[in-house]
Amino acid sequence: MARRVGFNPAFTGAIFYFDVPAMKQNLYNKVFDRHVVSRLSSGQYQVFIGLHLVHEVTSPQAFALIRERGLKVRFPNRTFATVDHIIPTDARERKRPLLDSLAEEMLQAIEKNTAEFGVNYFGTDSGRQGIVHVIGPELGLTQPGMTIACGDSHTSTHGAFGSLAFGIGTSQVADILATQTMSLGRLKVRKIQVNGRLGPGVYAKDVILAIIRKLGVNGGVGYAYEYTGDVISNFTMEERMTLCNMSIEGGARIGYVNPDETTFAYLKGRPHAPQGSDWDKAVEYWRSVASDSDATFDDVVTLDGSSLAPHVTWGITPGQSLPVDGAVPSVSSFQESEQQLIREALEYMDLKEGQKIEGVPVDVVFIGSCTNGRISDLEEAARVVKGMKVASGVKALVVPGSEQVEREAEAKGLPEVFRAAGFEWREPGCSMCLAMNPDKLKDRQISASTSNRNFKGRQGSPSGRTLLMSPVMAAAAAVTGKVADARKVFRLG
Amino acid sequence: MTAASTIVSSVSGRVVSVRGNDIDTDRIIPARFLRCVTFDGLGEHAFEDDRRGLKAKGQTHSFDEAKYQGASILFVNKNFGCGSSREHAPQALMRWGIQAVVGESFAEIFFGNCVSLGIPCVTVDEAAIAKLMAAAEANSTASWTLDLEAQKISGPVSETATMPEGPRSQFLSGKWNPMSELLSHLAEVDSVGAALPYVSGRW
Repeated sequence: MARRVGFNPAFTGAIFYFDVPAMKQNLYNKVFDRHVVSRLSSGQYQVFIGLHLVHEVTSPQAFALIRERGLKVRFPNRTFATVDHIIPTDARERKRPLLDSLAEEMLQAIEKNTAEFGVNYFGTDSGRQGIVHVIGPELGLTQPGMTIACGDSHTSTHGAFGSLAFGIGTSQVADILATQTMSLGRLKVRKIQVNGRLGPGVYAKDVILAIIRKLGVNGGVGYAYEYTGDVISNFTMEERMTLCNMSIEGGARIGYVNPDETTFAYLKGRPHAPQGSDWDKAVEYWRSVASDSDATFDDVVTLDGSSLAPHVTWGITPGQSLPVDGAVPSVSSFQESEQQLIREALEYMDLKEGQKIEGVPVDVVFIGSCTNGRISDLEEAARVVKGMKVASGVKALVVPGSEQVEREAEAKGLPEVFRAAGFEWREPGCSMCLAMNPDKLKDRQISASTSNRNFKGRQGSPSGRTLLMSPVMAAAAAVTGKVADARKVFRLG
Repeated sequence: MTAASTIVSSVSGRVVSVRGNDIDTDRIIPARFLRCVTFDGLGEHAFEDDRRGLKAKGQTHSFDEAKYQGASILFVNKNFGCGSSREHAPQALMRWGIQAVVGESFAEIFFGNCVSLGIPCVTVDEAAIAKLMAAAEANSTASWTLDLEAQKISGPVSETATMPEGPRSQFLSGKWNPMSELLSHLAEVDSVGAALPYVSGRW
């Protein structure tokens, strides 16, 4: 038995000490319990949000609401904002006012709102602007044991550090601005164990696509995913971020990895990480929030990482993927209730049952996004394309996830490598992941994309098509002009 | 965005169905319509690209059919509202006229966003939704009632329609918009914050 700080869920707002068994708890429940403020009359929990990340698309109505009610931002020092979704990535188009007057209005709104309410804001050319899920970790804002919310479903990314991080809607952005809390129910926890060792040319992106394919795009509804196993332990922090990022594509609002030495090494020395004598105490605290070795889970799923091939999506949901050497499935191989969606996907993508995915021509290659726009993603892509050329007729762009990623890439000479190969090198932002800025597919163009969603119309053309894959697979598509097995194209392994 | 909560124990009106599994929030409201600082005007763009796509093929989306204009209950299939957390999706549906959604299952963030707007999303099984959709399509003028108290959707046919206890009691107690109640615990908020080393800075 150990004395722990705890909260009595039956009620009382008070924090007190009580004796609980020292083991058997998973990270989700430990962190959740430490953040409960009250039990609401509905039975939901009022949960303290330790880090609130804000961007220009889902916040203006929330700021307007609290202004209307005469409220203030309760914890402005725990609230950090940037601009990422609407910002052009062509340097010439970033001049103010932006050419798109609606985008300019949103940019002015976030500048005005953050100034008025005293919220930290990283604008363009601050040196810290970038995709909100790239800058949180790189600034050391994202830490183990936190609750993190943002009006963006890919907030699950931050779970890579062993935090409970999840997307919310604008009403909840307003709740958190005003109270630093929100109403939440408790999730179940599924442990996903990925054993073995990934082969050459196989990356975190392939692991998460395989998990979503196995468990389905709604398999995670009601669950937080805890990722564990040798493959995950051996991942770098950036690989863990790619993995956790797409938890939501599997229906899980939260995905996390227990903090370990890799986590601490990544955080050490970052601007917002604990410094000096606080560092060792912080590490001790972070270790204490990890799942106990005998923690219990509501479900356990195991995957063999050694047998995974690079994955590519063929359809209109992130669950519709296959190994690159595979063939598009037949309608009849699905349950009857799924068959209509499969037919719809085949028609939209203009693919045929039994067709090999390898060899499908692409028009556009997009390397970037909160899934795969970090320095290691760009380095790996640059390493393989060095000395090669983008196939004729293919438009290929590389969009760093943040100004810091951009600086690191420049220091390593990556823009030169990409430009020499025929890629465009852009300024940081969400770009063609959701095409709220000028980066869009045209008409029926098909894109090999390192982003996270292959929904109909997602990349800016209502009839545009998306094939999701890893940065190295996207690089292979760029140089061959079609879906290709990166292991063969670049002679990996 | 509605600031004040009221009790939501039932929703009555006509029904419109949108068939299909895994209908994501990009389809409910495409990202280009998110370039706005208010939610005004989103209603007319609900399902915009699906509507246009069908029109181009000589077909009609249910949101464009005259007989479904004015419907207030939406019938859907599995995993409705998956993808992005954009509240613009339920805002667009609400501004089109939808006050309740009945489906096989819902994505979690979408469901939560609907709660915050006072729009109940209730769950029925696969066989039930097939019957409900068939009945609603056979008679577009029929009046339906979603009774949250009894957890039932009734019209030409009736089916059990459930919601987890937490959000259901939020609707029935009129506390689906939690802000006022959250604001009433600010002292406890501060003490929980003070006990968290990363917030207090006292490691």
